[in-house]
Amino acid sequence: MLNMQDIMETVQMIQDECLDVRTITMGISLVDCADSDIGKACDKVYEKIVRKAERLVETGENISRTYGIPIINKRVSVTPIAFLAGVSGGDPTAYALALDRAARTVGVNFIGGYSALVQKGFSAGDEALIRSIPEAMSRTELICSSINVGSTKAGINMDAVQLLGRIVKATASATAERQSIGCAKLVVLCNAPEDNPFMAGAFHGFGEPDCVINVGVSGPGVVRAVLARLGKDAPIQTVADTVKRTAFKITRMGQLVAEKASEALGVPFGIIDLSLAPTPAVGDSVARILEEMGLETCGGPGTTACLALLNDAVKKGGVMASGRVGGLSGAFIPVSEDEGMMAAARSGALCLEKLEAMTSVCSVGLDMIILPGDTEASVISGIIADEAAIGMVNQKTTAVRVIPAVGYKVGDELNFGGLLGGGPVMPVRSLSPAVFVDRGGYIPAPMQSLKN
Amino acid sequence: MRAVITIVGKDAVGILAKTANVCAAHNANIVDVTQTVMGDIFSMVMLADIEKMESTIGSLADDIEKVLEGQGLVSHVMHEDIFNAMHRI
Repeated sequence: MLNMQDIMETVQMIQDECLDVRTITMGISLVDCADSDIGKACDKVYEKIVRKAERLVETGENISRTYGIPIINKRVSVTPIAFLAGVSGGDPTAYALALDRAARTVGVNFIGGYSALVQKGFSAGDEALIRSIPEAMSRTELICSSINVGSTKAGINMDAVQLLGRIVKATASATAERQSIGCAKLVVLCNAPEDNPFMAGAFHGFGEPDCVINVGVSGPGVVRAVLARLGKDAPIQTVADTVKRTAFKITRMGQLVAEKASEALGVPFGIIDLSLAPTPAVGDSVARILEEMGLETCGGPGTTACLALLNDAVKKGGVMASGRVGGLSGAFIPVSEDEGMMAAARSGALCLEKLEAMTSVCSVGLDMIILPGDTEASVISGIIADEAAIGMVNQKTTAVRVIPAVGYKVGDELNFGGLLGGGPVMPVRSLSPAVFVDRGGYIPAPMQSLKN
Repeated sequence: MRAVITIVGKDAVGILAKTANVCAAHNANIVDVTQTVMGDIFSMVMLADIEKMESTIGSLADDIEKVLEGQGLVSHVMHEDIFNAMHRI
């Protein structure tokens, strides 16, 4: 039986605390679109995406209206394009244009999968795809690109790390007139999940079915609000328990949406990504949750511990609420997309090194960080290597999505608008790792025993 | 199949009547209503059977919003499954 308190709690979560389903992402395999003729392959790619995702946006909106839950994004992820580029040869940018056109036709916010998996080396198409990223980003608006450069089992491909430092810089230059926005849609991963519904790292892995629905939930605002109501003297295990209970409710909502979307579209349900994904809206911030737990400012001492607790409790609550969990699952800490993180970075409380420490206990990694435009490519490669090392050794996903904004220096502010947000340019230490980065080769996979 | 309609905001004459009229026009049968007024804040939860409704929950929500427009009231219309999912193990 429904009770009044439960109803009002849900209404309050949606109305005042920014509860939403962050994304319904349809994963589409493009394996059957491979063709030795790049023109034909692009036509097949466009046709398949449009055929499969034709009703995605409409279905998402209907569910949103029926259940009264905002569903912010409808997206598509596809098989890593490097595979198709490997079969066809030619300039991979043609695929980028086909994906962008398909995304516009079906009306999704983003399409992910302009990707390559190169953790153990480059195969046909991989290097060409990576080198085409700057041009692809400058000629499209809706595609997201991700490159997996390392894994716990394979180690880290340092040739790719070195190359990507330069590619990130080149992408910033190629989109300089749009505040280097290309870099906001390019992420370098270690241990990339194959079923992630969140951009920019979403792609449809080779172990996935032909077509699948993945859902990413959200709700930092709700967690912050329940912790605020808990009061300052509650013991920390009570804080953890409260987060767990809240994550359960949020995830159940996501599960319901996923089931309904799967049913309406006739596409199997894949996974729920148990995530706390912030938005630039005031109150919808992961940093503010950490501050609600008792920190003066996010970035100060205690931040990593609070984040570890939050990340773990979200998973524990969410796992019980969903039939199948996957993706990135955890708390996200993108600086430019989180109002509290932006404030902490602006005040100098949150620095790049602290963010790096935080990434070892939470979902993903150094995310949406705006760097000075004159940051050296080798410094970016060094940052990517550090982050990949954390992921590789700790058997978790880590990523780097930094924006060396051309023409901007420390203290300047950027504003992308929308979910990508904006924020201050953060200082980066310019001590050069060039010799290390330029060695090339690979970092061997780590020991799985003698864990200390 | 039931929908939950909630309305919160400034109290005024006829909120319940207007909402009930819209439900009737959509062929949604009201099966339960809980309402309180604290100070001048009106709060109501209504449960409507929508089995025989020919329109969608979305259009019911739109019409309720329209009829209460400009009165400082916030309305939500949601399928009951969402509450069962979130608050029941």
